[in-house]
Amino acid sequence: MIAFVTRRLLLGLLTTWLISVLSFAIIQLPPGDFVDAYIAQLASSGSAVSAEEARSLRELYGLGQPFYVQYGKWIARVVVGDFGESMEWRRPVIEVIGDRIWLTLALSFAALIVTWTLALPIGIYSAVRQYSFADYIFTFFGFIGIAVPNFLLALVIMYFAFTMLGASVGGLFSAEMTLAPWGWEKAWDLIKHLPLPAVILALAGTAQLVRIMRANLLDELRKPYVVTARAKGLSEMRTVLKYPVRAALNPFASNLAYQFPQLISGGIIISIVLGLPTVGPLLVKSLVAKDMFLAGTIVLLLGVLTVIGTFISDLVLMWVEPRLRHQLD
Amino acid sequence: MATDADRYAVASQAQLIWWRFKRHRMAMISMVVLAVFYILALGADFLATSDPQATDSRTSYIAPQPIHLFDADGSFRPWVAGIKGVRDVKTFKLVYTVDSNRRVYIEFFGHGYKYSFLGLETDRHLMTLKDAQRGEGIYLFGTDLLGRDLWSRLAVATRVSLTIGLVGVTISLFLGVLLGGLSAVYGGVIDTIIQRAIEVIRSLPAIPLWLGLSAALPNDWSVTQVYFAITIIISLLTWTDLARVVRGKFLALREEDFILAAELAGASQLRIVFHHLLPSFTSHIIAAVSLALPAMIISETSLSFLGLGLRPPAISWGILLQDAQNVQTLALAPWLLLSAVPVVLVILAFNFLGDGLRDAADPYG
Repeated sequence: MIAFVTRRLLLGLLTTWLISVLSFAIIQLPPGDFVDAYIAQLASSGSAVSAEEARSLRELYGLGQPFYVQYGKWIARVVVGDFGESMEWRRPVIEVIGDRIWLTLALSFAALIVTWTLALPIGIYSAVRQYSFADYIFTFFGFIGIAVPNFLLALVIMYFAFTMLGASVGGLFSAEMTLAPWGWEKAWDLIKHLPLPAVILALAGTAQLVRIMRANLLDELRKPYVVTARAKGLSEMRTVLKYPVRAALNPFASNLAYQFPQLISGGIIISIVLGLPTVGPLLVKSLVAKDMFLAGTIVLLLGVLTVIGTFISDLVLMWVEPRLRHQLD
Repeated sequence: MATDADRYAVASQAQLIWWRFKRHRMAMISMVVLAVFYILALGADFLATSDPQATDSRTSYIAPQPIHLFDADGSFRPWVAGIKGVRDVKTFKLVYTVDSNRRVYIEFFGHGYKYSFLGLETDRHLMTLKDAQRGEGIYLFGTDLLGRDLWSRLAVATRVSLTIGLVGVTISLFLGVLLGGLSAVYGGVIDTIIQRAIEVIRSLPAIPLWLGLSAALPNDWSVTQVYFAITIIISLLTWTDLARVVRGKFLALREEDFILAAELAGASQLRIVFHHLLPSFTSHIIAAVSLALPAMIISETSLSFLGLGLRPPAISWGILLQDAQNVQTLALAPWLLLSAVPVVLVILAFNFLGDGLRDAADPYG
């Protein structure tokens, strides 16, 4: 069990490192160094940067030196929480991002919870009542979930809400709460607005997991030990839940761990369609404006969040899945 | 007289797979749907009714116009309604609307904009208008803000989006077979490294990374350069599933008796891999590929939708959907959502086809 946790932790650290390198590469990718870009940006807005200042900026970021030196200087400052300055907003990156990162996290976790609570019971039901009316309904929705990219789904739902109900379903807060300081009321407002985007975001993953769960459980249910259990007079509920479901859980659970990266990814797109105040719209805007420190930081933070989310999913998985706990002992 | 059992016994593997595949009705239907889409993609320019790039402020946001098959006297003579300019009494602006009294007749195999088909320069199109005034066209699916015909744009976009999936999958497949194969054949440290790399890549959030990388593509790159760069960027993170399939099959087959027999007969490692192993799981790879294609198409559509994938003047499904991003626009011109229909149909079809192929891939099972 300790071996499993350490292995996951090491993989997580490796992933974090890779993400930090990639994020830095993204900051570096646009042609020309970013001090030039910064100076050009400032010049276009009317203020000038002295040669002295430019030189000290170059010094600070280690420009002109090899990639790993620049990366080292950058990461050393990131570790202590200095993510640099956003060129477009002229404010520290971390201030621009603000609580958007927490809202991103809230959205992804809400979607994860929706996935977990829907996929398992629906998967079990569809397998136990195979070819029933409800099974067909679930299969139908499952195919919609798989075939319709979630941004399209968001778009269609927005359209129908707008034309039929005359309401805008976007946003995470009601208009009067957007600028209000954090408190119980605002949190409650968030909770009221969260379900719709969370369900839209969760649909694809849920559909996938339902199919996996259904297929696995169907395989298990045909095994002789289930017949034996029935013959011995176990109640149907107990027969299904006690053994076949637990046996079918393994592929289901190992797939669950990969849901979090997909939710973070998907969240970016649906945030843009639904106008949610997460980091998604900010990331796209900063990339279009070539505001690279902001963009790189967002990619880095999203990556780290993904690693943490995946690690937590792994721990949960280990808790529900005894075989994993013991196989590595 | 050969009975069914006899036929079954002497059938080749390809035949067995085909028989098994035919039983999966949804997969058969999907195959037909996909064939239609690829034919549409091939003949996109021929089927387009007007130049997909030509803008005209007169034809901005025209609703879809039906083609009437029969003329007033009941004879077969397809026509569409023309457009007329009406002076707005308040603003004195000339507003163009559909004029249902004016009939513009359709000509088959007429002349339209120039394009090249398989290297041939031509301007023949399936349907064009005879004696059309400026701004009149066959607007089957309506027009967008800039007055471009959505049907023609959709036809060309289908070609771009469908081929980007194929090119991308080819790159993923190459990486997947190479790394998955290496992993299985050599085992040990190489296997561990590749497997850990796959786990790490699978736990990366794909969209932010794709966005970051594609935003760095130089602005002055041509449409073709961006097209290939985007495919490569997408493939770099999507080869892992294929590698897992390849590795799993390799490992399972390596234990089979016929491989041992080949080894004992003195076949080289390379010969075993390419002559014995690969052919026996090609069908599985094809199934995995048809399941990987929709993910590829969705990725490109999403990136272009966000404005960081292909860029205009390129036309792809994502770029068309970008016009439909805004709810106010959609309320004004709901037909812009039609661009979503081929996306959904193709992804569904690939999923069903993949399911069918996967079931049929192992005809002895």
